[in-house]
Amino acid sequence: MAAVAVNEIRKKFGDVVAVNGISLEARDGEFMVLLGPSGCGKTTLLRIIAGLEKPTSGQILIDGQVVNDIPPRGRGIAMVFQSYGLYPHLTVWNNIAFPLRTQGMARDEIKRKVEWAAGLLGIDHLAQRRPRELSGGERQRVALARALVRDPTAFLLDEPLSNLDAKLRTSARSELKQFQRTVRTATIYVTHDQVEAMGLGDRIAVIDHGRLRQVGTPSEIYEHPADEFVASFLGTPPMNLIEREGGSMGFRPENFLPKELLNGAAVVEFPFRVDRVEYLGSEHILYGSLEGRAAKREVTAKLPAHATLKGISPGAWHVFAVRETELRYFDREGRRTQHP
Amino acid sequence: MTAIAVDAPRPKSRFLLDRPELVGPLFIAPAILYVFVLVALPFFLAIYYSVSAFTVFDPNYQFVGLKNFIDVIDSSIFQRTLINTFIFTIGAQVIGLLLGKFAAMLLMQEFPGRGIARALVVLPWAVPVSLATLAWLWMFDSLYSVINWTLVAIGLMDPARRWQWLGQQDLAMIAVTVVHAWRLFPFGVVIFIAGFTSVPNDVLDAATIDGAGFWRRNYQIILPIIAPIIMIAVIFGTVFTFTDLSVVYLLTKGGPINGTHVLGSLAFQVGILSGDVAHGAAICLFLFPFLLVAVIFLLRALRRREI
Repeated sequence: MAAVAVNEIRKKFGDVVAVNGISLEARDGEFMVLLGPSGCGKTTLLRIIAGLEKPTSGQILIDGQVVNDIPPRGRGIAMVFQSYGLYPHLTVWNNIAFPLRTQGMARDEIKRKVEWAAGLLGIDHLAQRRPRELSGGERQRVALARALVRDPTAFLLDEPLSNLDAKLRTSARSELKQFQRTVRTATIYVTHDQVEAMGLGDRIAVIDHGRLRQVGTPSEIYEHPADEFVASFLGTPPMNLIEREGGSMGFRPENFLPKELLNGAAVVEFPFRVDRVEYLGSEHILYGSLEGRAAKREVTAKLPAHATLKGISPGAWHVFAVRETELRYFDREGRRTQHP
Repeated sequence: MTAIAVDAPRPKSRFLLDRPELVGPLFIAPAILYVFVLVALPFFLAIYYSVSAFTVFDPNYQFVGLKNFIDVIDSSIFQRTLINTFIFTIGAQVIGLLLGKFAAMLLMQEFPGRGIARALVVLPWAVPVSLATLAWLWMFDSLYSVINWTLVAIGLMDPARRWQWLGQQDLAMIAVTVVHAWRLFPFGVVIFIAGFTSVPNDVLDAATIDGAGFWRRNYQIILPIIAPIIMIAVIFGTVFTFTDLSVVYLLTKGGPINGTHVLGSLAFQVGILSGDVAHGAAICLFLFPFLLVAVIFLLRALRRREI
């Protein structure tokens, strides 16, 4: 059953349409990621689910109940904010206990729950500290613990890793995934970072300009993008798109290889002129253009670092190729089509 | 012999202003001078006069020890004044800041004309105290009081027995306190608006999600977070009120029968208008221990609440 479902949600701020008719559901225990560029409406959608914003139209269901007219505290959701929203004047212990106190829970019960949540997230020893005495990673755990104690139907997370430094973000990401596997609570996670989305999500919903572009597992989204936007939003560098009759054709840079590396398979060849090469340690990125084809942007190829670059030199033409199975086709509107 | 052009050594004075050990003292000197001339000097002068028998009629310095202080403490006018000063200070703080808080909460809401409303609220600050107090003088006038007229019109006051706002001790005390609260009000509004806007939205949203209603959000989240800012407002307001004599002096001149004097106005009356500098200085110095205690207490509270 769907833990959280939204139905044809629209939200207008004045003349600006932030969310433009999105329908989506997150199943019990599912990790759903809302992915999109800044200002695409993903945070607004999350705030609508939380009850912090009222939708202009559309329905929100939590645990099968329509909650449009229920205030945030009655919705059975917990939220973790981008800057965590910890109460600066309260100790860690009191921060975690706060949502239970507002429910008028008995003192012993509060103590038991706070200790359980703090233990699960490994922050017991910080109980008497205040938020300003904590590191970014510790703050994030406190925010998670505060969300966890309430036994919510769903967690709503709004870019909770964006305030951490790059190194910490990687470890926090895997901890978060671990945590979600442990508590098995439906989670809706907003991010603009595709690596986070791919790494965390059971399913990803790609949103742009207030519209839902595609929902699917990370591999569906990556391998079979529903349109040109999804194709070019995911992947670093993104999918190469080149014009063809009746639309465009796309292929991932890592599938665009010197022809001799693709022996045996059915391939489509492209004469490729390399303009420059970037060495990134584990791989080389080759930037260039195709002969006789108008590309929608610079064409890139991604070669593993161990692959030989012998004979590939900037300014010269080379025969590159893509396996036919790796080619994707889009129609004039940018939507995916099965065949050329 | 040809002279070889030698680079003249650059005058050292050229970089004088790059040297922090010179620039620092230079920049801070005006502030120190200001504090010394306008604060320290009068303060020590007051101590000097307070232990003398100095009056404008007998300008010979004669040391009398603590006699002036004992005289002052024994005087019933002074005792009344001391109580008045506390009523005046605490009353004006409570009324001014409390109303300031509510007005700030209203002005935080979105509504058409909010900009104009905010500007109007700050107006009492912009009006010179003497002009404003004159306006209040008319409002409290025994015959033409608009306050009494209103109370009569809505039937809360017997027209035959109108209140003499400035003619009865307790009413006059209320009047001066209210006028001073009115002066503090814009300050309270501005401080509270600054406080409210400093609370991160994430924290407020988190509290809403966590189930905190209006009251809990206000008194368990917002108020503790902005407490340090409010503390500064209270310190400032207290010192400002405790040492103020303009409202009392302009509205009641300390009357009726010395019933509304505060320390500042009594000291002015005794020391300057009556020429008894020694007793005036002694009265003035009573301000000092209270202010010292108040400031130490509040600053310590402030450091504890630092977040």
